[in-house]
Amino acid sequence: MIPRRELLRREFLKTGGALVIGLNLRGVLPAQLAERGAKAGPPDARQIDTWLAIHADNTATIYIGFAELGQGNSTALLQIAAEELDLDMGQLKSVRLDTNVTPNQGGTYSSASIQRGGPQVRSGAAEARQALLQMASKNLNAPVGELTVSKGVVSGGGRSVTYGELIGDKQFNLAFTGSAPVKSPATYKVVGTPVPRRDSPDKVNGEYVYMQHARVDGMLHGRVVRPRGQSAYKAGAKVLSIDESSIRDIAGVRVLRKGDFIGVVAENEWAAVQAAAKLKVVWDTPPALPGSDRLYEQMRSAKTQDNVVTQRGDATAALSNAPHVAAQICRGPYQSHAPFAPNCALADVKADSALLMSSTQDVYGTRTGVARLLGLPADKVRVQYYEGSGTYGHSCYDDVAQAAALMSQLAGKPVRLQFMRWDELGWDNFGPAHVGEVRAAADASGKLIAYEYEGWQHGWSNTETTSQLTGAPTAEWPGGAVQGVSALNCGGMYDVANLRLVNHKLPVAEYLKGGWLRSPLDLSFSFASEQAIDQLAYLLQLDPHEFRQRNIKDARWRGVLDAAAQAAKWTPRRAASNVPSANQSATKIVTGRGIGLGTHLASYGAAVAEIEVNKETGKVVARQMYGAIDAGQVVNPGNVEAQIGGQLVQTASRMFHEEVTFNTTNVTSLDWNKYPVLRFDECPQVTPVVVQRLTERSTGAGEEVMAAAAAAIANAFFDATGVRMEEYPLTPARVLAALTKAAPGRA
Amino acid sequence: MAIKIRVNEKSWTVASAPDTPLLYVLSNELLLRGPRFGCGLAQCGSCSVLVNGVETRSCVTPVAAVEGKSVTTLEGLPAWYAAQKKLAKAPALHPVQQAMLDEQALQCGYCYNGMIVKASELLSKTPQPSEVQIRTAMNGHICRCGTYPRIIQAVQRASRAMAGASK
Repeated sequence: MIPRRELLRREFLKTGGALVIGLNLRGVLPAQLAERGAKAGPPDARQIDTWLAIHADNTATIYIGFAELGQGNSTALLQIAAEELDLDMGQLKSVRLDTNVTPNQGGTYSSASIQRGGPQVRSGAAEARQALLQMASKNLNAPVGELTVSKGVVSGGGRSVTYGELIGDKQFNLAFTGSAPVKSPATYKVVGTPVPRRDSPDKVNGEYVYMQHARVDGMLHGRVVRPRGQSAYKAGAKVLSIDESSIRDIAGVRVLRKGDFIGVVAENEWAAVQAAAKLKVVWDTPPALPGSDRLYEQMRSAKTQDNVVTQRGDATAALSNAPHVAAQICRGPYQSHAPFAPNCALADVKADSALLMSSTQDVYGTRTGVARLLGLPADKVRVQYYEGSGTYGHSCYDDVAQAAALMSQLAGKPVRLQFMRWDELGWDNFGPAHVGEVRAAADASGKLIAYEYEGWQHGWSNTETTSQLTGAPTAEWPGGAVQGVSALNCGGMYDVANLRLVNHKLPVAEYLKGGWLRSPLDLSFSFASEQAIDQLAYLLQLDPHEFRQRNIKDARWRGVLDAAAQAAKWTPRRAASNVPSANQSATKIVTGRGIGLGTHLASYGAAVAEIEVNKETGKVVARQMYGAIDAGQVVNPGNVEAQIGGQLVQTASRMFHEEVTFNTTNVTSLDWNKYPVLRFDECPQVTPVVVQRLTERSTGAGEEVMAAAAAAIANAFFDATGVRMEEYPLTPARVLAALTKAAPGRA
Repeated sequence: MAIKIRVNEKSWTVASAPDTPLLYVLSNELLLRGPRFGCGLAQCGSCSVLVNGVETRSCVTPVAAVEGKSVTTLEGLPAWYAAQKKLAKAPALHPVQQAMLDEQALQCGYCYNGMIVKASELLSKTPQPSEVQIRTAMNGHICRCGTYPRIIQAVQRASRAMAGASK
């Protein structure tokens, strides 16, 4: 037997001009799929056939418009289909996300796969089942009401027939009306169970085709040539001169240029890597940034565009008369998506059409941007999704896709473009920095009576660097709500009569490029907000969990709060009550615990953190974290537990380590030493808690406990030290400075 | 003079120049998908392979440096394990690979090449590592999805499985 690898290699060598690794090598590509792919997408979402196909062998293909980003939605969405169709998971498969093949369900962001896509998949499957039962009724000569289905075998009137026999590989030709009744959660057999992930087996044995593995015949390897690290968004990058003779000694390299966009291509990947590093380009680098050390000062003093997000009662008056008032500041840094592997894309651009392989979170959004850049109609561009490494938001996937497309157009050949580590960390659409100032007040009885939050940050950039370098003007991402102060996280969970939230919007042009980074801005909001709430509990000499319980009416917020506290075996005591005895002893390492609440757009999150602070070195480490999410109906609790665990660890990374640094001309945190992330040595133990509510609508679970976890860490720091942090990440230098400031001479 | 390398117990004649990092040879000439690009700086562990049983960053190792040595990639780990344990037949998966599945540890899974290679090396030298030993050994490998706790559990599970297999 010839090993598969060898077959693949031979296939690669002998195939002329055709996609090789682009195909699913494990099965024969059905003619149906090829036919679908030949037509410009998206396929008609009003047809049942767009959503699924039943095959003669009594299996089904479910067409899904969401990207598997590592969160497990490719398994969970099939569970929903299996449930409604009465099929086993083993009878279901899905196909690659592809603008010509899969339905347009919108982008895979805001934790929307299950929230938005689940009902669509469920409804489509239910409607197909209804049609199949009608066919079966005729076939079996039994009324629909007397039919039962198991594993796609319909029984009634003493006989049975399979779905495959009823329609096998033929089209339903049925309009999708959304009118078929769906099953009651009480009868669920597959939904609500931790079905093992379908993508994992190929990921552990090296079979899985990540974006970085895709190859087409005749392609060139590309690299971009840019300044090391972006400047201000408005500044882009300007080429003063290029000296192509600087790479004369590297054979087979071609320099591609359009405006200020520069790339190199070569048949040999290493030649492209070397050429990109060696090509001598002089860039115009006027100072356009404040530099990391002056960032917050500039943000707070700059002219802003202000709006009141929410207002009720009179927060200012209530604050001025209250017996207990807490004030808390948050300065949160730019943070990077920092995908483990820099983004990669492969483009084959012809005169009148283009094929793009991309790890985008939104195949249609990427298609639009690439088509515009290439000067092609959108429906002449086909985008196929290949999973990259986890992206956690708008990392460089669009930029790399545009750059690959442009380079393919310029080179006249397919180009596989791999960003280098410094490209990704230097030219990311960073999670914007934030300054938050919150004041909260309670009356003598411990009731929260006023809450005020003011936040400063810029929004997201909407012109990819590749487009910008070729002359496209900079633009801001439209729509404001998720780019500014969050009414959910800034006091939203509390029952408070007087509340005022003010957003101060900064111009992104003057700052680093911005984008949505997993739970955008929420870590900063909760870092400020939940510390203020904790301060009130402290002033009232109340346990922080109890103070929150007293001031929350919403049953689901209460539920998730209590679930986290229970998991952590929380026992009531006032925060920082151990600090005096710790100060008396010689111990340098003090411990603390904190609790916090938060979410993103929907769902409910609560967390408890247990940390250690070394007062001598300033080093803070989380030892144990607990996270609870109520996301309504959880389709796959195993996936959500994994998501909670990942969010807790990533939050610890963001709270202790992550900070984009820059001088007045460039971002300088360009590798894993300058942009460190949490590693094994400091990883906390994690305890995920899924608050399952099968009869509630499903909401997101991929980013809804991070804000709570950030707050829990901040509050744990106070519990350990009696000091409030106003800025993160809690690096040793920052911690030592705060401890010294609070108790000069002691720390 | 073309370089010959031995990868997963098979010999290959390399077309690339001798200074080419091994990673690009494995990815582009041998079309292996285990070792993969992450940083090109030996900082993350994405590209790890075993060279004579020692975990090595293929992104900074010139292909010429492994001539005459035995390179094992993710794809070759089951056979490598079988040879070590003197098993008649290679299992479908190395116990570390199986344990990663059993623990449902993966999210995006991109870093798991390095994780599995490094953990396999660890268990070949230290069959029953403590949690601290696991954390220390694995510390050069980043997981951005934050799956470290399950990786630790998987390494412990694999350790138990391998001990059981030897009895």
